[in-house]
Amino acid sequence: MTWSPILLDVIRAVLIFAAVMTLVPFLVLAERRISAWIQNRVGPNRVGPMGTLQPLADVIKLVFKEEIVPARADRVLYSLGPLLSFAPAAIAFAAIPVGRGLQVVDMSVGVLFVITATSLAVYGISFGGWASNNKFSLLGGLRSSAQIISYEIAMGLALISVIMTTGSVSLSQISEGQTSFLCWNIFRQPIAFVIFFTAAFAENNRLPFDLPECESELVGGYHTEYSGMKFGMYFLAEYVAMIVMSAMVVTLFLGAWSPGFALPEGLLGTVISVGVFSFKLFAVLFFYIWVRWTLPRFRYDQLMHLGWKSLVPLAMANIVVTGIVVTIWDAVQ
Amino acid sequence: MSFSDSIFWVFATTAVVPAFLILFTRSIVRMAFLLLGSLAGFAGLYLQLNAAFLGFTQVMVYIGGILILFLFGVMLTQRSDIPVREKVGPALAVPGFFAGLLLMAALLFIALQNPWKTHPPVPVTEPDTPVIGIKLLSTYILPFEAVSILLLAAMVGATYIARVQAPGAPDGQAELSDSNAEGRLE
Amino acid sequence: MTLSLSFCLHLSAAIFSIGVYGVLTRSNLIVILMSLEIMLNAVNLSLVAFGRAFLTDLTRDPSGPQVFVIMVLAVAAAEAAVGLSILLAVYRKWRTTNAGEIDLLKG
Repeated sequence: MTWSPILLDVIRAVLIFAAVMTLVPFLVLAERRISAWIQNRVGPNRVGPMGTLQPLADVIKLVFKEEIVPARADRVLYSLGPLLSFAPAAIAFAAIPVGRGLQVVDMSVGVLFVITATSLAVYGISFGGWASNNKFSLLGGLRSSAQIISYEIAMGLALISVIMTTGSVSLSQISEGQTSFLCWNIFRQPIAFVIFFTAAFAENNRLPFDLPECESELVGGYHTEYSGMKFGMYFLAEYVAMIVMSAMVVTLFLGAWSPGFALPEGLLGTVISVGVFSFKLFAVLFFYIWVRWTLPRFRYDQLMHLGWKSLVPLAMANIVVTGIVVTIWDAVQ
Repeated sequence: MSFSDSIFWVFATTAVVPAFLILFTRSIVRMAFLLLGSLAGFAGLYLQLNAAFLGFTQVMVYIGGILILFLFGVMLTQRSDIPVREKVGPALAVPGFFAGLLLMAALLFIALQNPWKTHPPVPVTEPDTPVIGIKLLSTYILPFEAVSILLLAAMVGATYIARVQAPGAPDGQAELSDSNAEGRLE
Repeated sequence: MTLSLSFCLHLSAAIFSIGVYGVLTRSNLIVILMSLEIMLNAVNLSLVAFGRAFLTDLTRDPSGPQVFVIMVLAVAAAEAAVGLSILLAVYRKWRTTNAGEIDLLKG
């Protein structure tokens, strides 16, 4: 076995990881600016032109802050919490095609891989919440685990109907199946799209489902006790998870890297595909931020009712309908 | 040793060492963390055995579901006056140790003595996910249905057993939330 | 790639024995459940290894044993759910999760 393919893999992995990591600070800045715009405020505008250097200032502040470990906390798990939260989210990006033929690993079970990796994020939150030795943290951790497990089911069921339509669990094949505009899964599976997107908000603990960390009830939720770079890592993890989920929405439903018509062959087409993917990704991320600053928070029982009594049955019905349609379609063909 | 060989050793170690450490850990939440490592190691071994679908299903079901349930159990049932630790007394440890050792010896004996008729592994060319899906719904449809009924029964049963009885019910049970909210509050 | 059947079997035997030790010696219900899961995993590993080693013997496709493992996963999930709900019910009644202290039938 020669080392060059491994080296190539490493280079691709580093490139995509670096791109995601660079995106995060700007996403944070965008979130603050857009929220200010929505709420008719000014927002950060002091550091650098238009506040563009604000993320840098934030990171410097976080790095130099004192790390505080609460009394009687479980030190090992307390330190592992942020890491366990961040690593799976970062790994998940390995299987997502960010352009035509551009992904770190083309897995035959790509969809499963990404969903698996994102479901692991719950450990960072629940271990961190437990190890902090704080009742607000523990409640945040418990809420988070219950919420993520519940919405994972709805999300998985929504995915199953997508897989049934496309006939593949490989993300690259799903992307290639959506080259022409009308083949985008948002048109073929609109209900699955709505369910998946709703569940994505819950999986990322974003408003309107940010119960694990809602300020008015739980101080800061699972990261109440965290400070300095450990808190920074939770913050980073949240945004990376958000980018991963947005990328999944784009890949699965919004036509991936396809602009809606066939791309030219060769390098030009690849570059265009990356541009198209990024554009769609930013659009979805903007939607995320927009929703966060527009909708009020759900109550916890409302959250569970929505998950178990609306989304899961709807997704199951969707599977049945999809199954019938796919069978008839195959028979007609 | 080739690259994939060393990867295999990494996974094997990840599967065994945390499982072994669980025996000497006293905090249950840490045990859950070690179990997480062990299960991840198993998933890696499945990947090495060309069972990618199974590997990720393993992570999803065990780590993403079952282990979280256990963590839930720990967090809901531990109180501050009973520490989340337990000691294994010699009265249990010694017989348990010998039972485990004997069983391992027996299993290893079988594994070594039986002349396994193995063949050199056939390289897998196409993903096995479609094959598993088709088998599950054709050859193994009966077990599949049996398992679905079992899951349904387990779900209904679990909900019934774990439900919170209304205040004023015969046993006068406490609310589900009162113990865990105060559990870690000193 | 020399991931041999015997190696997988040894690994699985070792982990299974660890699980047996855990089930026999621990008294906390949750830990007993965890040890059970370790044992199930060891069995699954040997199933997959057999499936790969006997590939050309029984059938040409390695998915048969993998289907069994999926069934085991489903049963394990059911077991965990029922186990946890029993645990919660026991905890509400006795305020403990220690298997040794639940001795109502001792009289």
